Amino acid sequence: MIPMAPDLTLPRRPSSDAIACPGCDLLQRLPILPPGGRARCPRCGEVLATASTDPIDWPLALAIAAAIVLVVANTTPLMGISAVGRTADTTILGGALTMWTQGQALTGALVAICVAAAPGAYILFMLTVLLAARRPPAPRWAGELLRLAGHLQLWAMPEVMLLGILVALVKIAELATVDAGVGLYATGALPVLLAGIAVSFDPRAIWERVLWADGEVPPRTSRQAPLKTTADPAVEEPPR
Amino acid sequence: MTTAALTAARQGLVSCETCGLLSRPASPAEPGHCARCGAGLDWRHPNSIQHTWALTLAAAICFIPANALPVMVTNALGSSTPDTIMGGVVFLFTSGSWPLGLIVLIASVMIPLGKLLALAWLLIAVQRRASGGERERMRLIRLVRFIGRWSMLDIFVDTFTVALVQLQPLMSVEPGPGVVFFAAVVVLTMLAAESFDPRLLWDNQPAQPSNG
Repeated sequence: MIPMAPDLTLPRRPSSDAIACPGCDLLQRLPILPPGGRARCPRCGEVLATASTDPIDWPLALAIAAAIVLVVANTTPLMGISAVGRTADTTILGGALTMWTQGQALTGALVAICVAAAPGAYILFMLTVLLAARRPPAPRWAGELLRLAGHLQLWAMPEVMLLGILVALVKIAELATVDAGVGLYATGALPVLLAGIAVSFDPRAIWERVLWADGEVPPRTSRQAPLKTTADPAVEEPPR
Repeated sequence: MTTAALTAARQGLVSCETCGLLSRPASPAEPGHCARCGAGLDWRHPNSIQHTWALTLAAAICFIPANALPVMVTNALGSSTPDTIMGGVVFLFTSGSWPLGLIVLIASVMIPLGKLLALAWLLIAVQRRASGGERERMRLIRLVRFIGRWSMLDIFVDTFTVALVQLQPLMSVEPGPGVVFFAAVVVLTMLAAESFDPRLLWDNQPAQPSNG
């Protein structure tokens, strides 16, 4: 992890932080969470917030590792097969390209998006956002990239691809000898790193550091009138 | 548990879907843009029900050719054998790897079918203003969103089988016409689950009568 001086410019979140649950729109005040704790909506059970111990540097370190692993996974052979003296091997994008050339261009493009383009762009955007957030206030485009990263996350499916490769291997093993390549191990590490980023990251930490669209510099006090809320989130302590 | 349904919308507040900031729009008809992140604000996803129905029905139509047409064609020693999704499952069961066969059966047949039924049921519940059981329906939409991506499994199995087994002229595998329909089912149901606004499930709950 990269050491960082204590950040004196950003105060703790105010304790009276009113939010609406994204799942059911219930108004509630987010309490200050213990590190590793989680707040859930009391009505619908949606996770409202997680408090990461280090929401910037931890995911940044994991994103750097994920970027390296992604390059390795995409440039080295996933696996090779051999049968009666003939051999063949493939890479991740080679698989998508074969689909394309075999008349399934649409499916090939979808595979390329889900296993290379979306994870690649997601990691790149997260790296940029996290680096920008280390020196607040972060520029406005950091918020825009974070929004895009949220959409990309849905379409990045290295864990599904990994299971798909394993099923394909078992099917082919009936017909030929299969050898795992370096790319397969890198592909196995990628879902773990992506899950690590998702767990250690807290989008609120970014939004607190981003310049507001209306030009004001964070942090600023809310201009809202005092809100009446009748619900309090259920706070889960971190597991020991 | 009885919780007062004091929602943001009932207080004239709208929550930004991108950054979570609560704002009080000057005109309710046009909520405008979020002051923090600049994203467009909406009380609820615009036309959520219509969009979700359209995507769900399109996926249901694609589900038929996805299962009826072969997803893979194996060419070996001059003969070619087409394989549907169920054919692949049967192959895995009979060749002794029944755990994998079960995984493919769940991911490729049961999850897409379950997603279509779940989405239709949630949409009907919102349209009929059903009350009671919101928590269960909320759990269902979360489940649909969480497991939706795993239906892509068969697409990846086909892709990497096709990519590897290219040992011409001895043996080769090529993709079948069912693949693109199956991919469409997965993508359309994922888009449908995203366009469904779960807050609609809760909007029929009565407001707190005493202090609303």
